[in-house]
Amino acid sequence: MVPLSHYLALSVILFVLGVAGFIFRRNIITIFMCIELMLNAVNLAFIAFSRFWGNLDGQLSAFFVIVVAAAEAAVGLAIIIALYRNRQSLNIEDFDSMKW
Amino acid sequence: MGISSEAGFILLATFIKTAVVLLVLLTTIAYLTWLERKVVAHIQARWGPYLVGPHGLLQPLADGVKFLFKEDIVPLEADRIVYWLAPFLAFSLAFLSIAVIPFGEGFTLGGHRFEFQIADLNVGILFVFAVTSLGVYGISLAGWSSNSKYSLFGGLRSSAQMISYELALGLAVVGTLMISGTLSLRQIVEGQSGFWHLSGINTYLPHWNIFVQPVGFLIYFTAAVAETNRVPFDLPEGETELVGGFHTEYSSMKFAMFFMAEYANMITVSCLATILFFGGWHGPVFGPALLRALLPVFWFCLKVFCFLFFYIWMRGTLPRFRYDQLMAFGWKFLLPLGLLNILATSLVVAWLNA
Amino acid sequence: MEILFYICAALAVLAALNVIVQRTPVYSALSLIVVLCALAVVYLLLGAEFMAVIQVIVYAGAIMVLFIFVIMLLNAGREIPSQRSRLAQWLGAPLVLALLAEVLVAIWRQFPDTGGPAVAAFDAGPEAIGHLLFRNYVLPFEVTSVLILVAILGAVVLARKES
Repeated sequence: MVPLSHYLALSVILFVLGVAGFIFRRNIITIFMCIELMLNAVNLAFIAFSRFWGNLDGQLSAFFVIVVAAAEAAVGLAIIIALYRNRQSLNIEDFDSMKW
Repeated sequence: MGISSEAGFILLATFIKTAVVLLVLLTTIAYLTWLERKVVAHIQARWGPYLVGPHGLLQPLADGVKFLFKEDIVPLEADRIVYWLAPFLAFSLAFLSIAVIPFGEGFTLGGHRFEFQIADLNVGILFVFAVTSLGVYGISLAGWSSNSKYSLFGGLRSSAQMISYELALGLAVVGTLMISGTLSLRQIVEGQSGFWHLSGINTYLPHWNIFVQPVGFLIYFTAAVAETNRVPFDLPEGETELVGGFHTEYSSMKFAMFFMAEYANMITVSCLATILFFGGWHGPVFGPALLRALLPVFWFCLKVFCFLFFYIWMRGTLPRFRYDQLMAFGWKFLLPLGLLNILATSLVVAWLNA
Repeated sequence: MEILFYICAALAVLAALNVIVQRTPVYSALSLIVVLCALAVVYLLLGAEFMAVIQVIVYAGAIMVLFIFVIMLLNAGREIPSQRSRLAQWLGAPLVLALLAEVLVAIWRQFPDTGGPAVAAFDAGPEAIGHLLFRNYVLPFEVTSVLILVAILGAVVLARKES
């Protein structure tokens, strides 16, 4: 049987890859996709715990995370479209007018 | 420690079932093209293919050979990887949903149970929806990767249409799921056996879901026609509007794969319609054991064939919707109607169970 | 059966690496879809069949379609490399690896058992989830529907053209 630590290790690796992409990438849509990657890593952790502790609440938490991620993706992409209309660029280094 | 003989038997049976189903499906798709050309031709008072073989029955073979020998043209600026991936994706996803369709009653042979279904999932219908949602990618990626105006517009319009009608499709089915109480396709069909009894008297009406969910069936079938991009919802592929839509820049085998994917989707949707609303494999069963095992499969195929004929009949008869009419119909009419259907069904089910 | 988990895990990690490495957003999106489907298989292996199918229908089949639409509409081409500080890039990679190592060690210390689940497999089908969802979690469910309504309104308003 696969031990819990292996599932959690996969979750952590995916999460850290998401963090790395979030920090290093310049394209705003790719950054957004790395956020979704992080959310998925968290979902995996929830469902793994749900199985190993025999509690169905973990799966429901993952369910709500998916639903909230959907709402967030919709609004976030709408914001990105509005940003693109104003700056004609998808590079976050071009959105620095409020930086000191 | 090896695999037990029971597991080995199941594995072997699954391989054989998959091979048979794939073979039958591919032949059905080939002859569906022949049937479509013949039926549409006769509706339009002409003959259709009649030269290649008797009544043009070898026409699909000739078409296959033609597709194999055609030159495979790839546009210059097309994105190679995605251009290759899109028809492959569309094709394989179209064939994937057949895996959960039950074709008939199982039978027992030598102590082993043999079901006419490749995989009996207890979330069977959600699996079909999942594969349908993934099917949108084939079309939108095809439209984008061809690097051509017509393809991009056709691809975007077609994907927007598919995801809009996916909602209506899902809602239409919820009423049936409430009545059957299960998501497994086999159990939904098994719940439709026998006849309707009205206060104890046997009306010899089959216990099919169509009689309690007529609105659900109409919504489902309309949404299914829109999902499969068929007339009257085939604007994204209309020749007069968008040249070829998302498959404009595709040629030979890749184009044939899109074609086959469309027909496979039609077959899947018709199979689902018979399973959900028309009692699946239920029909008069008589005779010796072998006949009893095969007759349900025959009834199932007959019902699916009726739906496919109806699809082709619509193609020969109806004009196509304009795109804004199509989207307005899906969002402003079918979606509220589906929600009302769910409301009414849940009220009746709750009242009857109280 | 365990080999399937390791295959899917390797696939998910490779695809996630591809998401953060690819310069073209469409390839990143396609790799993210592969990650989502690999995770759906892992959920199936964990006995969460309903969540696996919901993951494919909602995440891979709806949210990622939205991403791909936006990428195609905005015609996001290849990304140009950063013109800012080089120091940040040279410092960033080792720090990320340090983060990874730190959390992995913490997990290994906390959950050292190498056995399987202590609890037997339980029914995680749609009926069980439905019971839980509409009894214990009915308030979060209703709040989530309001949240989705707000998100729809927000997205429509934000993405509308100035007329």
